[in-house]
Amino acid sequence: MFSPFRHDDLKEMLDSNKDSLKLEAMKRIVAMIARGKNASDLFPAVVKNVACKNIEVKKLVYVYLVRYAEEQQDLALLSISTFQRGLKDPNQLIRASALRVLSSIRVTIIVPIMMLAIKEAASDMSPYVRKTAAHAIPKLYSLDPEQKDQLIEVIEKLLADKTTLVAGSVVMAFEEVCPERIDLIHKNYRKLCNLLIDVEEWGQVVIINMLTRYARTQFLNPNINESLLEEGGGADKTFYGSDEDEDEDEEEKEKKAEAAAMAKRKPYVMDPDHRLLLRNTKPLLQSRNAAVVMAVAQLYFHLAPKAEVGVIAKALVRLLRSHSEVQYVVLQNVATMTIKRRGMFEPYLKSFYIRSTDPTQIKILKLEVLTNLANETNISTILREFQTYIKSMDKDFVAATIQAIGRCATNIGEVRDTCLNGLVQLLSNRDELVVAESVVVIKKLLQMQPEKHSDIIKHMAKLTDNIQVPMARASILWLIGEYCEHVPKIAPDVLRKMAKSFTNEEDIVKLQILNLAAKLYLTNSKQTKLLTQYVLNLAKYDQNYDIRDRARFIRQLIVPTEKSGALSKYAKKLFLALKPAPVLESPFKDRDHFQLGSLSHLLNAKAGGYQELPDWPESAPDPSVRNVEVFALLERVTTLTSVPEWTKCSSREKRKEKKVEKPFYSDSEGESGPTESADSESDSASGSESGSEGSGSASESEESGGVSVSEEEEEEEEEEKKTKKRELKKAVQESESEQSSEEEDRKHERKMKQQKSDSESESDEEEESESESSQSESDDSESEAEVRKKKKAAESKPPSKPAKKETTKEKKEMSLLDLDDFEPAPSPQVTPVNNLFSNSLVTDLEGLSLSEAVLLPATIAPSSALKSYELLHRITGEGLSVEYCFSRQPFSPDANMVAVQMQFTNSSASDTKSLHMEDVKLQSGMRVKEFPEIELLPAGETATAVMGIDFCDSTQAANFQLCTHTRKFFVSIQPPVGELMRPVFLTENEFKKEQGQLMGMNEITEKLTLDAKCRNEHAIVQRVTTAANLSRVPCGSDKECSPPVPPPEHPVHRFAGRTVTSGSLVLVTVATREEGAAQLTINCEKMVIGTMLVKDILLALTQ
Amino acid sequence: MINSLFLISHSGDIFLEKHWKSVISRSVCDYFLEAKEKAGDPENVAPVLQTPHHYLISIYRGKLFFLSVTQTEVPPLFVIEFLHRVADTFQDYFGDCSEVVIKENTVTVYELLEEMLDNGFPLATESNVLKEMIRPPTILRSVVNTLTGGSNVGGTLPTGQLSNVPWRRAGVKYTNNEAYFDVIEEIDAILDKSGTTVFAEIQGVVEACVKLTGMPDLTLSFMNPRLLDDVSFHPCVRFKRWESERVLSFIPPDGNFRLMSYHVSSQNLVAIPVYVKQNISFLETGSCGRLDITIGPKQTMGKSVENLTVTIPMPKSVLSVNLTATQGTYTFDLTTKVVLWDVGKLNPQKLPNLRGSISIQTGSPKPEENPSINIGLQIQQLAISGLKVSRLDMYGEKYKPFKGVKYVTKAGKFQVRT
Repeated sequence: MFSPFRHDDLKEMLDSNKDSLKLEAMKRIVAMIARGKNASDLFPAVVKNVACKNIEVKKLVYVYLVRYAEEQQDLALLSISTFQRGLKDPNQLIRASALRVLSSIRVTIIVPIMMLAIKEAASDMSPYVRKTAAHAIPKLYSLDPEQKDQLIEVIEKLLADKTTLVAGSVVMAFEEVCPERIDLIHKNYRKLCNLLIDVEEWGQVVIINMLTRYARTQFLNPNINESLLEEGGGADKTFYGSDEDEDEDEEEKEKKAEAAAMAKRKPYVMDPDHRLLLRNTKPLLQSRNAAVVMAVAQLYFHLAPKAEVGVIAKALVRLLRSHSEVQYVVLQNVATMTIKRRGMFEPYLKSFYIRSTDPTQIKILKLEVLTNLANETNISTILREFQTYIKSMDKDFVAATIQAIGRCATNIGEVRDTCLNGLVQLLSNRDELVVAESVVVIKKLLQMQPEKHSDIIKHMAKLTDNIQVPMARASILWLIGEYCEHVPKIAPDVLRKMAKSFTNEEDIVKLQILNLAAKLYLTNSKQTKLLTQYVLNLAKYDQNYDIRDRARFIRQLIVPTEKSGALSKYAKKLFLALKPAPVLESPFKDRDHFQLGSLSHLLNAKAGGYQELPDWPESAPDPSVRNVEVFALLERVTTLTSVPEWTKCSSREKRKEKKVEKPFYSDSEGESGPTESADSESDSASGSESGSEGSGSASESEESGGVSVSEEEEEEEEEEKKTKKRELKKAVQESESEQSSEEEDRKHERKMKQQKSDSESESDEEEESESESSQSESDDSESEAEVRKKKKAAESKPPSKPAKKETTKEKKEMSLLDLDDFEPAPSPQVTPVNNLFSNSLVTDLEGLSLSEAVLLPATIAPSSALKSYELLHRITGEGLSVEYCFSRQPFSPDANMVAVQMQFTNSSASDTKSLHMEDVKLQSGMRVKEFPEIELLPAGETATAVMGIDFCDSTQAANFQLCTHTRKFFVSIQPPVGELMRPVFLTENEFKKEQGQLMGMNEITEKLTLDAKCRNEHAIVQRVTTAANLSRVPCGSDKECSPPVPPPEHPVHRFAGRTVTSGSLVLVTVATREEGAAQLTINCEKMVIGTMLVKDILLALTQ
Repeated sequence: MINSLFLISHSGDIFLEKHWKSVISRSVCDYFLEAKEKAGDPENVAPVLQTPHHYLISIYRGKLFFLSVTQTEVPPLFVIEFLHRVADTFQDYFGDCSEVVIKENTVTVYELLEEMLDNGFPLATESNVLKEMIRPPTILRSVVNTLTGGSNVGGTLPTGQLSNVPWRRAGVKYTNNEAYFDVIEEIDAILDKSGTTVFAEIQGVVEACVKLTGMPDLTLSFMNPRLLDDVSFHPCVRFKRWESERVLSFIPPDGNFRLMSYHVSSQNLVAIPVYVKQNISFLETGSCGRLDITIGPKQTMGKSVENLTVTIPMPKSVLSVNLTATQGTYTFDLTTKVVLWDVGKLNPQKLPNLRGSISIQTGSPKPEENPSINIGLQIQQLAISGLKVSRLDMYGEKYKPFKGVKYVTKAGKFQVRT
């Protein structure tokens, strides 16, 4: 192909020292590959460059390697070590790309290496590497199916992963490797449902398709009652109509009857998990990705109760605006849906009208849909529309239209005559194709009631002179033969004409001529005997053996000879038996046994690897398999990297709940948005109202559904516990916690008067981190911040003093943590109890072995006063575990930093040396003050260190590497928003003055109902200060308040703080009302901080 | 999922192939080429074809066929949507998606395809992520690269890939912060012979061009969101917020993107901006016919109609036309038999008119059907549905961005039957 000289040239370039030459050579080689030219003889020269420093050269070498490794296995092995090295690289990008290329090299010898690499990568810190591992699984499986069992283990592990990044890829792997292992999904089902909205588009498609299958095996048919009714209707129909459906399996019917009986006994109640799936997929109908919309549509079609399926119609109709290929696929699916659920698309009838510019295949599909949608009420509109189509220039389309008219006529009795007349008119059309198609359709229509239409048959008989299309000629002949009694005079004449032209006819026409002759011979042998003989003789010597056969057969049958058997007696019965009218059916009938949206459905044939959509089970399998008891706890202790994705969806939900409330409390609306113009306000309000009236009635129910689900979940959890006899334990714990909280209450009351702030902290249940919305700004405000810093330093001193008293009490427990060098924050006793609780749960959970990576080890000291977070788990850290907490102390080296206290525990057998941090990756503006290196951490020992992080008032995570003398770990710290501030002391008047300046956009108000346990003053104070590092503004001057004075029995609590970096004021007001109602107001210049804080405090006060 | 991709030119030349699994011989394309031959018009090639061992799923974009080969069950829309995304990416990178451009940039194309799919499953399809990994070629950079041997490949992992906001990269900086939104509406309509509306609806999109520093969180609200009947969003839009409040809350991708597309509920009567008086007739005897078209303004909401075009695909038997236009120019394409009349701006005082005679091949019968008329038009500063943006707020960043909203109405599939 190429001269060897040219390849030498490339080899020379590859061997040179210059990267630019290498790059040029690689580019030329890749261009060759792209064009499909063979470049395999360059393999040795290329593979040498696999370790090249230049990234682009390297990438191109990878491209080459993946393309040719299969052909040159031995040489390919040379490169393996490079990738193995890459797998250990500290950079996640390099690790991922090494795994990607390694797993793409299809060389069987390296299967064990690949297996090892995948296993390792599956527990990598970086979700990106884990995603790559998930991608590698099907690659290895296709290379060596023997590895299936081991791969399933990895899949199981990755399925438990909580990052949205991994979810789609691992489900893809699951579908390719072990789609039959539906049991692996149980425990992850709810998680997948909840994560779905945040998974990338392609993953969504795969997950939705898999969940459709899952739901079909696990839940009951929501339409069971209706399908029974349908069944009954169907039975009626078969009475009158064709009896083709009759041969349905008797057994199946019995089964259905049984199920029906069961359903009658027990009214259908939808499994909350079933509901969860439907609810969480619905928003995806709004996706921009047609594949996602289609996936949701098919899910609804296969799983939703009849009444709810309608929602998908609108979305599918929207897709008809897309590219013609998308239209093609969507229309195919719509065609199938319209057969079963016609009502769904009826409102969108006009969207299927055909434009002359549509490609023919689209036109024909639209026609199919229109035909399926036709009923008594809209048939006149549709026929009028068809009328215009018949005049189209596109003749294939015209033919399809004529067939469509025929189908409408058979389906709707009222218009049969109209259609027939219309079609007969078409017989005089100038275009032969149109006429022929009409003849074929008319033939079918006439079969239904021939006696009425002898004139039409006569008319058609005349056409034989003109029409040349064989199919049409054959149809006419058949008609005349079949109904020769209705046209006794014409029929023999037609046969005469045909006999003349017999030799020039097409085969199908010849067969029909024979047919006609035979029938006439039987009914009217006097006139046609000779003609028939003649035709039969012609046929006897025909070139086509089919025709010769037929002639011989017919002759034996109708012409009695002495040899002819008993059959000839029945000749008349054989030929002139009453034939059932053909049923004009949609080609899409019964296609719905394929999962909609699938390739198999489109082709109407099972494609390789297609997973059958199972039938609904008769009784639901045990729903408790999906229970994940650790749910709440896990959420609290998940590794930090996974926190954002996980909480995002719940936080979104919460946001929604909040917003829905608004219209009800319209008075607060005015306060919150004085900057908005009046009419836009009313507009948006009415908009949301209409939303909840119209489309949103479902959304309301959804929400209530959501609540009930979680309640039920809890109930289930509890039930489960009972059965496991853990009830006792739990009760004890609960009473303990109550007791201690009571004790604490008393203490608090005593202390409250002098205490100004800073009470501490079981940290909130859910970290409402919203990293998406907060990229911190404030490069410019630094100088400003500096000024404030000084102020703050002065301000922040007083509150820490009163705390000391408490510390002494806590000392006993604290000493475990070795916190002496700290000014520990005052800590309510709740925390230890809470920890105890979770610890005991943890031990319970260990039996469940859901995901060991995220479990809290039992070795944790139970009494940390502050909520501690895990930075490095003992298993991933190879014995080294690290936890951190926000100590809420001023960080002395730099007042703009948040102090983070880290506790290192070395639970391995060997000493760990030179613990330090490296390679800090931060968002712009963030800074970190590293903790001093810990030179030696003996086995079994614990050490603490303090580092400072300037988060720039954002909840972005600080990522860095934690290094020991042997290893590096990737870790990240992400602060809850409440930790991004420090308390300031303000008097009430100051507070109000500041608040006055932070109105409008900077003010966020929420209504809430306080938790029953949190209606007294100190509980509120404690919960707020726990959620955020704020100080209480001393009250007492409530009486001077401006007009909306709450009566004295409904006190107002105020808290103040400043954000750590920019020193923006954060003012929190909790005004209590009757019956535990309260209003939470937050004024903060930083709106993101404000909104996030509202969420956190709201949660703290309501749960 | 997707095994291989072949790019095939209009004429049937396979000029690029890429395999993500084992190599599949390009002879598999023969099935497709056969089908293409049979279909005649490339629009008519079935997007999904079955061969003995493979399934071929293809799209037709910019006179190119993107043909993907798969061996197992896969949702066809998944592949089609992905192929369109590939074409979009090429468009985005090279400004055009044509054979010439792709051949010129083979290596970049190959690198892109390598990143977009892993083992046939989409990996990175966000243009924002891709652009960080593989920089789009510019003239300056390609000159510099040839001199220095520098590369187009980014060295670091795009942050977007890992974050919750994969559509936006971190550390975006602009000196001028600006956010522009174009509300573009298209009228799809079918009018019958007498000018009555058979079917009409409005489809709209909000195209955005956002160049803002940092991580801004934007909220866009409409004066009359009730109009919107059906919507679909860019993944950045928070759906729950829309559901409860009817505002678009989102962290925008950097640069150009389609924020949402919507459908205006069909109950609202759609305003048809122009009327068409037409008379096309073919004489029964003699091989000629007459054509007379006049266009006038109907409901234009006081705005002027611009870029008015009229396209008439004539029956195949038409030989030539001899017309005069009072305004604009017309052309007649002899091979496709399409009359294209470029009117320009519609002047309500002096209505544009096109009239003249049509000559038909002698001997051929009178055409059965009158051709339909397709109208193209544009109205600036008007969203025909009446949709109005009420405000745009930005949170999370301090600076004041420059904001702008533009409205345009166009004719979509606007057809007049004759």
